[in-house]
Amino acid sequence: MTPKRKKRLYIILGIVFGAGLAVGLTMFALSQNINLFYSTTQVAEGEAPVGTRIRVGGMVVKGSVKRSTDSLQVSFGLTDYGKPVTVSFTGILPDLFREEQGIIAQGKMDANGIFQADEVLAKHDENYMPPEIAESMKKKVEAANK
Amino acid sequence: MIPEIGEFSLILGFCFSILLAIVPMYGVIAKNELWMHYGQTMARAQFFFIMVSFICLGYAFATNDFSVSYVANHSNSKLPMQFKLSAIWGGHEGSLLLWALILSGWTLAISIFSKDLPLDMLARVLSVMGMIAIGFVLFLLLTSSPFERYLPNFPADGTDLNPLLQDFGLIVHPPMLYMGYVGFSVAFAFAIAALLSGRLDAAWARWARPWTNIAWAFLGMGITLGSWWAYYELGWGGWWFWDPVENASLMPWLVGTALVHSLAVTEKRGVFKSWTLLLAIFAFSLSLLGTFLVRSGVLTSVHAFASDPERGLFILILLAITIGGSLTLFAFKAPNVKSESRFSWLSRETLLLVNNVFLTVMALTVLLGTLYPLLLDALDGSKISVGPPYFNAVFVPIMGLMSIGMGVSVAVRWRDTSTSSVINVLWKPAVSSIVIGLIFPFVYGDGFNFSVFIGITVSLWIILTIGTEFISKFKNSDSISAKLNQLSMSYYGMMLAHLGVAVTAIGITLVSVYSEEHDLRMVNGDKVELAGYEFEFNGTKKVIGANYTADQGQIVVRSEGDIVTTLHPEKRHYSVKNNMMTEADIDAGLFRDLYVAMGEPLGENAWAVRIHYKPYVRWLWLGGCLMALGGLVTVTDKRYRRKKTLTEDNKAHA
Repeated sequence: MTPKRKKRLYIILGIVFGAGLAVGLTMFALSQNINLFYSTTQVAEGEAPVGTRIRVGGMVVKGSVKRSTDSLQVSFGLTDYGKPVTVSFTGILPDLFREEQGIIAQGKMDANGIFQADEVLAKHDENYMPPEIAESMKKKVEAANK
Repeated sequence: MIPEIGEFSLILGFCFSILLAIVPMYGVIAKNELWMHYGQTMARAQFFFIMVSFICLGYAFATNDFSVSYVANHSNSKLPMQFKLSAIWGGHEGSLLLWALILSGWTLAISIFSKDLPLDMLARVLSVMGMIAIGFVLFLLLTSSPFERYLPNFPADGTDLNPLLQDFGLIVHPPMLYMGYVGFSVAFAFAIAALLSGRLDAAWARWARPWTNIAWAFLGMGITLGSWWAYYELGWGGWWFWDPVENASLMPWLVGTALVHSLAVTEKRGVFKSWTLLLAIFAFSLSLLGTFLVRSGVLTSVHAFASDPERGLFILILLAITIGGSLTLFAFKAPNVKSESRFSWLSRETLLLVNNVFLTVMALTVLLGTLYPLLLDALDGSKISVGPPYFNAVFVPIMGLMSIGMGVSVAVRWRDTSTSSVINVLWKPAVSSIVIGLIFPFVYGDGFNFSVFIGITVSLWIILTIGTEFISKFKNSDSISAKLNQLSMSYYGMMLAHLGVAVTAIGITLVSVYSEEHDLRMVNGDKVELAGYEFEFNGTKKVIGANYTADQGQIVVRSEGDIVTTLHPEKRHYSVKNNMMTEADIDAGLFRDLYVAMGEPLGENAWAVRIHYKPYVRWLWLGGCLMALGGLVTVTDKRYRRKKTLTEDNKAHA
């Protein structure tokens, strides 16, 4: 190999190595930070892993919102009109959080089957339903019609 | 009647877009100067008719014409006038009309300010702009006309604008952002025109540069304003959420930043030509992708208002044509491009290449994180979301590395620089920034913090290297003011923008690490201490606004017994849509914000209250403004004007 070619080889190896490293790290970061979405029925039937960060979406069950009297702890039922799940959350709920409103809760299932949310998302537009919820509810309706 | 004029005017505008796309281009092919000249007239006509259409929609909003369904859905007779007018772009249809208006505005600006451009080049550029306008105005006319009527039974009053949008932010944020998004179409048009003409010399880069810088500055300003708006309006004190729609605006900005730098190298040194062309194509394509993501509703996002899949499909087709068409053209024409000069390993060219690689990688990682959920959904139907930790994990290290390069670049010349001279210039700033970075967390915080060390060191590194280099300019000059005048506006612009990066980085670092927040239940007379401030809640009272009623809290803030400020956060109830809205109250300062928002009432006069202490949060946006300002300053560079007067002189002599 001529010195020139050798230099080129090093450059190419450097680029390949750098690119590989970048892609590897990116994919690692990605795999560590994806949150799977579950419907409340899936969660109620025990399909969701305990202790892993997931998202659960559904409608807030009417009359289910219960507040603690001395802290910001609140619990409510969430349903996709199949099986409901109880969600516990401590903090301030978003403005558009309302009974019979579609929301997404992010957090972990605990051992008692209660979803411990660390984040509750409601959408800015009251007509808007997150696609995940819309789809999981559509499946529900289709299953009911069968 | 007026809305029909608006619709008709839009159709006329569309006809002129078609003429604009065809006539000048035909003129170029047929070498007919008269036809080429027509481009300018048609650009004017197109702008005029779209403007008339826009004014008609504004008129419908101002006069509460609720027979127009778009007005009925986004306005209300009680809405204050400034929000009625900004409600024009408060929804899908109107914001697209704004998009079309801005596009025709840019087209008009090219036709006016590019007199020094060769006629055939101008004709091509205008023609490409016309083609883009065809796509967008057709989209408006076919899928989302804002002038559709509710007839014969129209509602007596409108359903009101989303309360979140009833804010100063709506007046300024979308127009700024769109100026940027659409502005990249100009760089795109220049790139396509250059490819079509086959004249891929440095000239096209010089013509496209001022336009690109302006568009980039607007986009940066738009993003900054959006961040600021989200911070005070959403009521939870966040300033960046890695929301898909934020990412959609960040990606063109990142690629745009790469383009701004790459254009400089292409213009000055005649290298990276193909790469610059590609960047111009991608910056605009990403703008289109952004529109697709926002408008199709494929992604879960705070911006995803109820939307229509048909519209998404239309934009997707538009995107496919744009990317497919321009890349095909690129594939045929670009391989003939040869670099005009060579450069060594340690040269400004290399560093700018590194900058471009980093920025592109950042844009790609953001793209991956944004589209990955979509991709997975399409593949096996699983629903996932990618959280902020991913973006932080990939974005922050790359940003840090790039900032190091940014500092090195000031000590490096074009073509070649000796290693020893670089070290000579840089060792002092390097040592001082590391030392101060090490000391800072102990002085400001209460112990060593790695993020703060890195953030402060990198920011200081940028500031000190710029400072060192600036001062060294005066070493051999007798008169400071003469030297100040001698330095070009491009140079000042670059310094401002780089300084902006450092200022933003300081803001991000300190607000991320040293923010304190407390959510708690408060009743009348409750006190809480946060970051050395004492917050006392004095209950709420009812307040009545133009179209809402509110519970307004009173929170007195004291520091060591002295009253600092009294904050009045509100919980508003907008009666028309029956919406609750949090209106935070902020005591803003250069070094810290005190941020108070009320959550929901908890009964027995108790309220959920959120209190934030946000140090240096203003620096984030200050830096954003500096970057945008830097971009605008470069445009005033004498080079661009001298070029013009020169050609005018030539004309006079001829």
